[in-house]
This record gives sequence, C-alpha cells and structure tokens, in this order.
Amino acid sequence: MSNVLEAKHINKYFKKPVLFHVLKDINFEIKKGEFVSIMGKSGCGKSTLLYILSTMDTDYEGELYLNNKLITDKDSNHLSRLRNENIGFVFQFHYLLAEFTVLENVMLPAKKLAKKTFQEIEQDALEKLKILNIEHLAHKRASQVSGGEKQRVAIARALINNPSIIMGDEPTGNLDSHNAENVFNIFKQLSVEEDLSLLIVTHDEDFANKTDRIIQMEDGKIII
Amino acid sequence: MANWTVILNIAKTHLLTKLKSTSIAALGVTFGIGSYITLVSFMTGLNTMLDDLMLNQTPHIHVYNEIEPSKEQPISLYDKFSESFNIVHSIKPKMSQKKIHNALPIITYLERNENVRGALPRIETQIFYLAGSIELGGNLTGISPIDEAKLFNMSDYIVEGSAEALQNTDNSILLGIGIAKKMALKIGDRVQISPINGGIFPLKIVGFYQSGISDVDAMQSFTTIKTVQRILGEANNYITDINVKLYDIEQAVPLSKKIEQQFNLKAVDIKTANAQFDTGTSVRNLITYAVSVALLIVAGFGIYNILNMLIYEKMNDIAILKAIGFSGTDVQLIFMSQAMIIGFVGGVLGLIVGYGLASLISTIPFETEALPTVETYPINIDPMFFVIGFSFAMVSTFLAGYLPSKKAKKIDPVKIIRGQ
Repeated sequence: MSNVLEAKHINKYFKKPVLFHVLKDINFEIKKGEFVSIMGKSGCGKSTLLYILSTMDTDYEGELYLNNKLITDKDSNHLSRLRNENIGFVFQFHYLLAEFTVLENVMLPAKKLAKKTFQEIEQDALEKLKILNIEHLAHKRASQVSGGEKQRVAIARALINNPSIIMGDEPTGNLDSHNAENVFNIFKQLSVEEDLSLLIVTHDEDFANKTDRIIQMEDGKIII
Repeated sequence: MANWTVILNIAKTHLLTKLKSTSIAALGVTFGIGSYITLVSFMTGLNTMLDDLMLNQTPHIHVYNEIEPSKEQPISLYDKFSESFNIVHSIKPKMSQKKIHNALPIITYLERNENVRGALPRIETQIFYLAGSIELGGNLTGISPIDEAKLFNMSDYIVEGSAEALQNTDNSILLGIGIAKKMALKIGDRVQISPINGGIFPLKIVGFYQSGISDVDAMQSFTTIKTVQRILGEANNYITDINVKLYDIEQAVPLSKKIEQQFNLKAVDIKTANAQFDTGTSVRNLITYAVSVALLIVAGFGIYNILNMLIYEKMNDIAILKAIGFSGTDVQLIFMSQAMIIGFVGGVLGLIVGYGLASLISTIPFETEALPTVETYPINIDPMFFVIGFSFAMVSTFLAGYLPSKKAKKIDPVKIIRGQ
C-alpha cells in the first residue's frame, strides 16, 4: 500500500516567549484513500503538526515524505509548487479572495499550476462546483455567498488540481450542524469515490468518529 | 516559473477594486512628473533665453591686440645683469598698434580650420555723436552686417531696419536705440559723428539696434567696416578685432590658446569671458532638478504608503495565495506589478499633463523692453525631459513598491491563518 504522507521523528520547538517543546517525536503515515482525523485538546500541537505536514511551516526537525519523496529542507519555491500540485487546503475560516468571483477563486490554483489551458481549467472548475452542488454560484462574488457555501467553494478550490491529499484545519468548526454534516459527507464521498486521502484536524467528536482512523494527540505526542 | 497572466490578473483586480486609492497614488505620480516636465521646460527655456541674450552676440573666441606692459623689460635681456636683482618702477604699457597685423590672412587661415564656423573682422572705435552743440560719447563698430546676422543672430537685435540695408547703403549707420531716443532721431535721418582724431561725418540711419542692455544701447552703434575705415582714414586692411564662432563651443579654450601662441595676439574664449553665466546656469539647473526630485520623492512616498496599506488589508489574501501554492516571489510580483502599473499610468498621464502645461505657458504673452524678440514665455520642450521624467516615474514607483512587496513576500501564512 503506498503512503501518501509519512512523518518520521518530527520535533518542533517554539522559541518565543520561552523555549517550548511542542511536538515530540511524531511518527505516522497516511495511506492512499485513507480518511484520517487528528483530535486533541487545544494547545496539544495538532494544528502545529498540520502546518508542518502542509509544508507551510519549515521550522522543524525530522523527516517528511510526500508520495514517498523526502520534502524536508527543500527551498520555499519548490515547496510552493508541491503544495500547489499535491495538497488541497480547507481552513476553519473560509479564506476566499473576496474581490474575485467563486469561479475565479476555484480556478486560481490551476492557473498557477499552468498545466492546462484556461478553457480546460474553467471546465474543471465548473465540474468541481457541480460535484459540490454550487455551480449556480459560479459567477457570484466570493464575498456575496453564505458561510456554508463559502466552505464548499474552498473545498472545490482544494480539489481543482486533483491533489494527493486534502488537509483541513477544523473545516467544520465554524459551521452549523447541518452544514458540518454536509461538508463531512462531501469528504467521505471524495474519499470513497475518488480514492482521495484526507487529513482533518477537528474538535468535533461526531465528525472524527465517522472517519477511517483517529490520531489522538496530547501534549505534543500521539497517544493512539 | 512566474505565471504572468495570473499575477497580472490578480494585480489588476486589486487595483480596480481599490480604484480610489489607486487613482490617488497614480495622481501623485502624475502630479510629480507633470510638475517636473513643466518646471524643467520652463526653467531651461528661461535659462536658454537669458544665456542667448548674452552669449548669442558673444563670439566664441575674441581676438584683439591688448594694450599691456611688456612682460620682459630690456634689463632682463642683458646678460651682464642676469645674476643681479633688478627692480623697475612705473612700467608703462607698451606702445603698440590697435590694429591686428596681417588680419586678413589670419581670417583666411582661421576659416580654413574645420572647427571654425566663421571668423569675422570688426573694427572697434570710440566716437562722439553730435547733436548741435551736444557731444555724446559712444562706440562705433564696423562689421560685415550680413555675416554678423548669419553667425551672431544680429537680426534679433535690430528692432527697425535690417542688416541688408546697412550692407547696401553707403555711409549708413545702425544706431543704438538709446542714442536715438536721446537725440530724437528716426530712420532716414542723418546723424553726425566725429572720431576722436577729429573730423565730422554725417551718416544715414538705416535701423535701430536694441541689445536689451540699456547701457550698451546708449553707446553702441554699428556700420560697415568700409565706413569705419573711411572715417578713421585707415587702409582696408585695418582690422582691430576678429570674432570667431565655432561649431563646438568646447573647442574654444584650446583654440584660443593656440591663436595666442601662434599670432602673438590676445584671444579670449567665451568660457573665460562669461564664467559667471556658466555658474548661474548650472545653479539654476540645480535648483530645477532639486525641486523636481523633491516632487517625485513625495509622489514615491504616496505610492509606498498606499501599497503598504493595501498589503495590510490583503494579509488574508496573501496567506491564501501562499497556502494554495503561490510562492513568495509570486506574491511579491503581484504587488510589484501593482506599483509599476500605478507608476506607468501616472507617469504617462504626467507626461501629457506636463506637455499640456508647458504648451499653455508658451502661449502666455511675455513682453519686456529688455528682450525685443521675445513675445511669449520661453519654453524649451526637449524629448530628453520626457525620457528622464518617465524613467524617474518607473524607478521611483519601483523603489516605492519594492519595500512593501518584499514584506508581502516574507509574510508567514501560518501566522495569519492561525491568528484568526
């Protein structure tokens, strides 16, 4: 079974205001098509771990493999490209570019990747919006759609480059139970139908219980 | 790596949604560049006019016989006293002729030099203008009127009549306007003049001369070389001055030195004669540039400020862009291109505004007694100013955009995303 993401002996320190050992020897891997959630109390380091895994935080010790390739200590431009191509992001807050339309927001990562023509990208983007049942919002300004819709737009954006893994930092944390359910179903569907790997940090126990595997964290260590 | 279509598209959207601050930033540049163009055209126009007022009439090299004491007294030539200490009191200037020896061959020789545009003979002499019992002192200069008009813009200073009339009329005079006013003379009248060695000659007035410098206009008159030679009773090889005009003014100093050595004459170059003019011009240029640079720096700070604010507003956008795979350099390019677009649009508008204002100023009437040929404010529109202005707009916006965009490049997306 191929590993999409593998972490070996990850250690991280916060140096300010005092030296603090946040992550202590983290080891785990995520297989293709696996739907994994990370749980733990506030401050246990789960978000910190997620941002290290996402390649945005490079200040750590240990080794990180994406699609079985070592990505630790690569330069930032290289990491940006990896992120663009292989990792999709969904945050707690919706983080769309407010001045752009929904469609433009979804298209942006693909335009950056520049592997397809704009027509193809637009086609892809509309398709992703359709999967998420929001194709009717395509030409609305991102600032004019509701919270639940925004989160779905963000998921569509995360999917546009057909990434190896989707990472989420409490993607349902800011949504009501109906919308949270909706988002979970979308994730589940992607995992089952598209064989996509997902790694979701969450506080929501119901949400976590329905995933394939739960990584429980406490005080910077994985306990289960 | 950089994906320009995407980057420019994002930059464009940012600029268009913040149209108000964008236009204010661009107007800052427009104002700066526009004022620069206007100011520099106007100032250099005035400078050129003031310089021309003095320098157009001035020869690049003026050759004449200087009355001065001999540099070596006979005693120093005598070998027996060479070891002694000699003091000679009350040295008098050497008696020498005013005329330039072999003037005509020298002129022919000078005109053959490839740097020389023309070498014109002149005769300077002191005379009296007679009006009844009143005698007014003055200068009469014998010239070749047509050549003077061609090389030294003589016609610009002839307010009535013409250089041709002076050339073609026998015993004619181009009278200084100051003298004409004092003696209530008009064209066609005769004026009696008397050289210092005696005699009275009536000359016909064919025109008036106005240099703009009233002291000169109250003394100076012109006639042909032949007429002066006749008045002074001298032969037709009697020439007291040679005025040389060059193609390149920079050649004046070396050539004047050469003439002095070769012909044992006094040769004064334009740089030595008008050193204070050069200084004045360069100081005025310095002021112009100092003011323009100050304006452009103010405009630059405007852009810096607005981009800085924009980046603070767009912190979230920057974090998202970085999270979805835009590199720091891409983000920097987005903000740099915003600065450059503001600079480009503002700069081009500034050039147009500057050109418009300069053209407007050049139509405003400007009449002054001192400058007979000037009717409107002088404007010097030089394409070089536009090139400089535009380059400065681009450079200053580049610098103003560089620092904020550098900051955007360094923003850590994790901090922004987690900070919420």
